[in-house]
Amino acid sequence: MTGWNWDVFWDSVPALLDGLVVALQATVLGYLIALVLGLGFALLRRSTKLWISVPASIVIEFIRSTPLLVQLFFLFYVLPEVGISFSTLTTAAIGLGVHYATYVSEVYRSGIDGVPVGQWEAARALNLPVRRTWTSVILPQALPRAMPALANYVIAMFKDTPTLVAITVVEMLTVARAIGSETFLYAEPITMAGILYLVTALVMSWLARILERRFGQVRAA
Amino acid sequence: MSPGLWQYMIEGLVVTLQLTVFGALLGLVFAFAAGLARVSRKKFLRALGFLYTETFRGMSALIVLFWLIFVMPRFGYQLAPLFAGVLALALNIGAYGAEVVRGAIRAIPQSQLEAATALNFTPWQRTRKVVLPQAIVAMIPAFSNNLIELLKASALVSIVYLSDLTFGAQLVRASTQNTAGVFGGLLVAYGVIALIFTVLMRFLERRAAASLGRTVPPGMIARIFRRTEASA
Repeated sequence: MTGWNWDVFWDSVPALLDGLVVALQATVLGYLIALVLGLGFALLRRSTKLWISVPASIVIEFIRSTPLLVQLFFLFYVLPEVGISFSTLTTAAIGLGVHYATYVSEVYRSGIDGVPVGQWEAARALNLPVRRTWTSVILPQALPRAMPALANYVIAMFKDTPTLVAITVVEMLTVARAIGSETFLYAEPITMAGILYLVTALVMSWLARILERRFGQVRAA
Repeated sequence: MSPGLWQYMIEGLVVTLQLTVFGALLGLVFAFAAGLARVSRKKFLRALGFLYTETFRGMSALIVLFWLIFVMPRFGYQLAPLFAGVLALALNIGAYGAEVVRGAIRAIPQSQLEAATALNFTPWQRTRKVVLPQAIVAMIPAFSNNLIELLKASALVSIVYLSDLTFGAQLVRASTQNTAGVFGGLLVAYGVIALIFTVLMRFLERRAAASLGRTVPPGMIARIFRRTEASA
């Protein structure tokens, strides 16, 4: 540990925390997009019409199996070329949201599949229209089931925010790199950023575990 | 696109495949070490496994990569960039893999363990001859997902200027200015590589299941082929 600079290590905290706020903003915004788009994906994939469900499956699998980084590059460089301009934070949120929508849609799917068949049959016996079946019978039961797994994807998304350094979003890793190029000391701010990431992620997973226990009890009752 | 630019892409493809394959192999080592530690009877080993999985699942792969490349030299260890990439990816995926290993071992029916005890197996014999042969088969589907995650994460190395497929594409974009074409093509390339890995893992899954006398329901691709066979 030759010449570890504790001053730089501790002084980097306020700027990194600003970066943490940006990372959390991207996470929240991206997650809202993922929640809505994911439900859309899940419903499209469940469609009984093959010309809807097959293309939807292909698109979902394609987005899932290609790197988030390249998707972000694509949005970041191509959107302005076709005349659409967002702030980098919005572009980041869209990238994260679309990517995670494909994961979230699987969570919805398993939640929907978990609703007992009898509920579908009861809805049909009551002659409920399709929309009513979904909004009053299926989704209210499927969504609480999906909650714990949905919470896990918030954490996963937060852990992907360092990738945003590549499209100049000023999150923690970007800040750490900037401090590094200013002070010529990279090790200290990067280590501090790593610690802050870890602590935040652990707090989030602790909250998710509480959520899981809570909804687990509801289901058991 | 000139031959020189194709050269970048081919070299980048090789680096991406190296990262994925070596990362997967090293990750497998970490996954088994930590997964077995977490089901160990020794409290110390369990704690060690827990520490490893929680740390590296809580940490993004990119931070680990930055740390290996920018911080390790300060402690006197300069890693070769490709090795740093492989190590960062393996540490990350190994933590997820450890949970897969743990889950698969936990899922072995209690009666199997009792049978092994009744046969007077030592704990190591029991693990090697009864638990692992069944658990490994159960792990493969989850491992195929992890492999795709690893492939996707490998693109991150381009941020620290390792010349992988994504890095090559950035060079090509800079010189051709054809952004949509290059990044669109890059996405398709990753999609195709992922598809190939998925098919290979699916094959492995079926072979492994067959070795235990089980069958795996056919996947999407197998179903398409079967349909064409039937109609032909």
